[in-house]
Amino acid sequence: MFEVLFSGVNFYYTLIGGFLIGLSATMLLLFNGRIAGVCGIAFGLFNQSVGDKLWRWLFLSGLVGGAILLHLLADLPDPSPSNASLPILISGGFLVGFGTQVGSGCTSGHGVCGISRFSNRSIISTLLFITFGVLSMLLFRHLMGII
Amino acid sequence: MKNLIAIISGLVFGIGLAASGMTDTTRVQGFLDIFGDWDGSLLFVLGGALATTLLTFRILLKRKAPLLAERFLLPIKTTIDKPLMIGAMIFGVGWALVGYCPGPAFAALAYLQWQTLLFVATMLAGAFVARKWSDRKALN
Repeated sequence: MFEVLFSGVNFYYTLIGGFLIGLSATMLLLFNGRIAGVCGIAFGLFNQSVGDKLWRWLFLSGLVGGAILLHLLADLPDPSPSNASLPILISGGFLVGFGTQVGSGCTSGHGVCGISRFSNRSIISTLLFITFGVLSMLLFRHLMGII
Repeated sequence: MKNLIAIISGLVFGIGLAASGMTDTTRVQGFLDIFGDWDGSLLFVLGGALATTLLTFRILLKRKAPLLAERFLLPIKTTIDKPLMIGAMIFGVGWALVGYCPGPAFAALAYLQWQTLLFVATMLAGAFVARKWSDRKALN
């Protein structure tokens, strides 16, 4: 059990990464009064009834810039590309976009910010998407062998 | 000033995602693979983030307003309805298929890999279709 949790040189990066995500969500809420839910921020860009789009672009550019910075400064190689096949990439992307839009949030919005507000909706959502993620791995990897 | 906060918090979020391993689809799939060769280390991402926000949100949501805006913009819905549950289930399936959730997918655009670009494009398409579909349902 211990080995599974602490394996690899990346353990400290993993924990510090988590703290930084929490710090970012804290900043956005404390200063701007906004929830750091990435799909909500991103999908708002394509919603005509949403007026303030600039900060959304800036936040998303920051996500990309932050990843570039980290790999420049830290001794961490870029992860290798996903080895998913074309149909899996396309259906995976579609389901993530569709599901998070219908379900009003993703890992950051429900999993981090929502749980921290003790939102019932977010707790249920997080339990469901993790459970279905785990069951899907069982189905697609171990029973069907397609991922 | 609000825009400056947006870009700084985006940067910090992106550094956190890349540092934690969330942008590595192999590790995320390994985290979900508890029936196989489980990589539990990503529990510390959610753990580290929640350890921070459970504390800070509790304190800062006692304020009447945020520092730079008139009010906190929080979700108002509290009922657990079908869209919430079905959406989360569909999201979980897609998450497992490739190993990206929305935040890491955007951050991983930094690596200039066509797989990520295709994933993000189809993710936006999925969200677009979902909104058209729910708009139509709302009209009927």
